[in-house]
Amino acid sequence: MSAAPALKQTPLNGAHRRMGGRMVDFGGWDMPVQYPAGTVEEHLRTRTRAGLFDVSHMGEIDVRGPDAIAFINRLTSNDVTKLVDGQAQYSALTTPEGTVIDDLLVYRFGPERLLLVVNASTTEKDWEWVKSHHEGESVELRNVSADYCQLALQGPDALRILQTLTTTPLEEIKYYHFSEGEVDGVPAIISRTGYTGEDGFEVYAAAEKAEQLWDRILDVGKTGTPEGVLPCGLAARNTLRLEAGMSLYGHEINEETTLLEANLGWICKLNKGDFIGREPLARQKEEGVRQRLVGFEMTERGIARDDQEVLINGERVGRVTSGSPAPYLKKNIGMAYVPAEFANEGQQIQVDVRGRAVGAQIVKTPFYKREKKSGV
Amino acid sequence: MANVPEDLHYSKDHEWIRVEGDVGAIGITDYAQNSLGDVVYVELPKVGESFEAHESFGSVESVKAVSEIFTPVGGEIVEVNESLQDEPEKVNTDPYGDAWMIRIRMKNPGEVDSLLNAAEYEDFTKTEEE
Repeated sequence: MSAAPALKQTPLNGAHRRMGGRMVDFGGWDMPVQYPAGTVEEHLRTRTRAGLFDVSHMGEIDVRGPDAIAFINRLTSNDVTKLVDGQAQYSALTTPEGTVIDDLLVYRFGPERLLLVVNASTTEKDWEWVKSHHEGESVELRNVSADYCQLALQGPDALRILQTLTTTPLEEIKYYHFSEGEVDGVPAIISRTGYTGEDGFEVYAAAEKAEQLWDRILDVGKTGTPEGVLPCGLAARNTLRLEAGMSLYGHEINEETTLLEANLGWICKLNKGDFIGREPLARQKEEGVRQRLVGFEMTERGIARDDQEVLINGERVGRVTSGSPAPYLKKNIGMAYVPAEFANEGQQIQVDVRGRAVGAQIVKTPFYKREKKSGV
Repeated sequence: MANVPEDLHYSKDHEWIRVEGDVGAIGITDYAQNSLGDVVYVELPKVGESFEAHESFGSVESVKAVSEIFTPVGGEIVEVNESLQDEPEKVNTDPYGDAWMIRIRMKNPGEVDSLLNAAEYEDFTKTEEE
């Protein structure tokens, strides 16, 4: 099938096609779902060596001015005032009801300069939201999504590989911090963040440098060898984040579920001062949530898939938000919303897998946690 | 380029059938396994169950998707490849051999005549690509 002309492309579209990426429509973007190595191999290589992901489709919103921090603090749930220069924060844009417009990273470059990194499919919505909720604060807003490429190099070998291309001492960048430097001579933001549960980096640079960086990282990462870095598609990105218990917008979080229901109370700083959605969230925290996001693993043969119904004691009580085989754990896992009274480890549930009730059990998340080296 | 053996018959749902008297061995094609990606789960019926031609008799799952599998001919299941339960990856590595899925006693062996031959199936997959 050929791509509809309306699909958006990242600057690496040609590279993906050249390398045999299987292209799919992902929220209006023409993106590789996998490369010839296949999702399982891409997933495992990222866990054991390194994987390289094109995430240039993600959006970037530049916020500058004396009120930059106060403004974004009013629109997001985490506490922007706690950030220092060179630090990044996981947060959410919230509705007045405390549900989620998007999850995002807030980067602080200085007291008057932030960069918001948002999901691809929600970039336009977020941009309109941020613009329309500006209430006279002294800020300048720019949607700079098209200016940047973003490459995620993830896995235990990520640091070693990237270090060969930069003089920035990567070991000194702490988790959820970043540094402005050069990669292969290209000015870049080097951020120790990711969406795989591994150590790794996300590199932001000018869009026109995307192919140079992509090719060089694969080259110095010895792609094509059994221990080398593998280019990875969106399917591996999804299974990696699911094993790591991370939420995906449109699945675990959306405008119908609140941060507290999604177990994101830790990015919900109710005492930081007012922000959009604070009141209903504070009330919900007081009264308790009615439903809660849980992780589960299948105890019988079968694979749960997104949107399938969850049964407890024969009653349809919830829905799977993400379900998949977990290639590294070699289990079939998923996440689901269930009534709060059942949201306990060890609770037996069933998933309606195309008409068949298949047994599963609620387990602790994250499903996968890497062994951390000291100091990282 | 997908492998399309000459001695088999093919359906537009990407299954193959190898005729052995009044029994047909059925599996999915190389083209199908390649589009699916890594197969991690195969669900098959039980011996003794009956299916009409083009009816779904099970499913094949990759990491990212589920695909139903359809029998090209009607009949009764006489044998099921149980080894695919533990080694679903054989669907990727040997789709026409070790990864046969069911053997069906054909109710009407004439149904095979309405299926595609190798050349026709190859042409069909090319139009699917476009």
